[in-house]
Amino acid sequence: MKRLLGTALLATAVVALALAALVWQLNLQGEPELSAPAPTVAAMPDLLARGAYLALAGNCASCHTTRGGIPYAGGRGIDTPFGTVYTSNLTPDAATGIGRWTPAEFWRAMHNGRARDGRLLYPAFPYTSYTEITRTDSDALYAYLQSLPATAQAATPHTLRWPYDTQAALAVWRALYFRPGAPAVDATQSAEWQRGAYLVRGLGHCGACHTARNALGATEDRLNLAGGMIPMQNWYAPSLTSPHEAGMADWPREDIVRLLQTGVAPGGSVLGPMAEVVLKSTQHLSAEDLGAMATYLKALPQATEPHRPIAAVDSRVAARGSQLYERHCAQCHGDQGQGVKNAYPPLAGNRAVTMPQVANLVQTVVNGGYAPATAGNPRPFGMPPFVLVLNDADIAAVLSHIRSAWGNQAGGVTEIEVNRLRAGQGH
Amino acid sequence: MKTTLRLFLLAAWLATGAAQAKPPVFEDSIAQRTLACTACHGREGRATADGYYPRIAGKPAGYLHHQLLNFRDNRRHYGLMTQMVDPLSDAYLMEIAQYFSGLDLPYPAPQPSQAGADVLRRGQQLATRGDAARQLPACAQCHGAALTGVAPNIPGLLGLPRDYLNAQLGAWRTGQRRAHAPDCMAAVAQLLRPEDINAVTNWLAAQALPADTHPAGTLPALAGGEREISCGSAPAPAGGRP
Repeated sequence: MKRLLGTALLATAVVALALAALVWQLNLQGEPELSAPAPTVAAMPDLLARGAYLALAGNCASCHTTRGGIPYAGGRGIDTPFGTVYTSNLTPDAATGIGRWTPAEFWRAMHNGRARDGRLLYPAFPYTSYTEITRTDSDALYAYLQSLPATAQAATPHTLRWPYDTQAALAVWRALYFRPGAPAVDATQSAEWQRGAYLVRGLGHCGACHTARNALGATEDRLNLAGGMIPMQNWYAPSLTSPHEAGMADWPREDIVRLLQTGVAPGGSVLGPMAEVVLKSTQHLSAEDLGAMATYLKALPQATEPHRPIAAVDSRVAARGSQLYERHCAQCHGDQGQGVKNAYPPLAGNRAVTMPQVANLVQTVVNGGYAPATAGNPRPFGMPPFVLVLNDADIAAVLSHIRSAWGNQAGGVTEIEVNRLRAGQGH
Repeated sequence: MKTTLRLFLLAAWLATGAAQAKPPVFEDSIAQRTLACTACHGREGRATADGYYPRIAGKPAGYLHHQLLNFRDNRRHYGLMTQMVDPLSDAYLMEIAQYFSGLDLPYPAPQPSQAGADVLRRGQQLATRGDAARQLPACAQCHGAALTGVAPNIPGLLGLPRDYLNAQLGAWRTGQRRAHAPDCMAAVAQLLRPEDINAVTNWLAAQALPADTHPAGTLPALAGGEREISCGSAPAPAGGRP
């Protein structure tokens, strides 16, 4: 008996060791040889300009800057279901920034998600996407960041819960969900498609929001862009592969470019987290690059949606919703939900209204907001917040109304749904 | 019977409404663009009765612009405001500030104060003469002899609800509200005791607006014993004081 137990223990230990070795091995996969003599990255003006452009394409400053803080000096908290991760200082300060980093170490962070000191990085830093960018682009980014004014700003320690705060847990996560990648190549597609794929999947890290995450925060089917709730924000990044959500297969290419460049297009405007993306990233990209992204997005395989049962709208709720709409909404969106061209989006036939996920509708009614003020749309129109005017039942009624009027057939929204979506927001 | 008639009329009204798509009342103007603001700040930014959302109409443009930037850049904190101005540019926020600044609307009647005469006297003293012994400058030294503000960066202090004034002075004291460095108002507020704040807000909220409600064009001359204060949000004009 004792011997049997001993054998079992030994076997368990061997298996555990083997698993640990596997995790260790998987975490080191594809890492560059740091001691290899590195080609020096000369800070030529065109290289710096390219690096600056790539930093915009990656929207690096957005996360690596606190509100009102010094650009790229880090410190912004990214809330996750596992705790808060604070972004790092990307300025060339030797003690607190990346001043001592070599181009190879920077590349290892982008490509393999490992810091200069060997620590594994949390995937809130989207190296799961950046791993698809080229070494050349990584070097340009490196050169640009090294050219910024050095700012001494020490890192804020992450406040993650156990066991997520351990390197071991992160190593296991990476063994399960992360493999170093390379630019997507498809010989059957055009050069423009390849460029679009490179931007959307790599620096653009669109999948960080537009792909659903599982319970451990990993994007489920890596970068499938089929839509997902953005963790902790109560915003839904709609599917880019569904004709019922934000799939763009049928959109004219120039409309997609216009949306990413100006924040507004005939088919809708951007709000919430996507307004920030347009404001700080995509509006700065060249028309060619935006066109390439549009080509890639148009070519994404479109999902065939299963028919979803539609929640019926109670007639009293519908009547109340209709009254509220008349009083609060019709002034801008029109009594037939027709909207006003170039100012207020139509609600009739608008996929942002009819898609199954209602999180964004609740956000928009509660908080209101403006489309981003971009070079192409410098004076956007705004929507008032209704947080002080409408309660959960009112919001449910008015949303049920707009989802079932004027030919919209998306069904009702319940007070409980509204309440649940507002719960995490402090309103 | 009455109910039936009402229902019939309602149905008829709904039916006609549904039959004709009335275009929304719309004009391509800055007023239309700022309907999101006036939902809380009242029609044309004249404030609402709740006393929490301040009047913005007629305030100096530079002051309004700074407040919009302060909400965006973490120097003032109110989530709803921050989210509203977050995606907007400096230039557009200036246009919005100039629009509300240019609106000339009547002010509400002052709030009668329940405070005793001593408190109001103390409030008046702080507002108009300050307290030299405690290094407290008079409000009027910067906010204008008539306390209607000084264009373009210093706001008036009259026509505001007492609750709002109390909330702001409290926020300055705790550092919750900030301005560009050097943050002169924070320095002043930190010298104020709770009884000072109570006195000065009671007195300010009870004052009627003067005949000319507009911000002054220049700072008043310094009285004997007053010292210049340096403010990041209101750089001294090139000509200085008269």
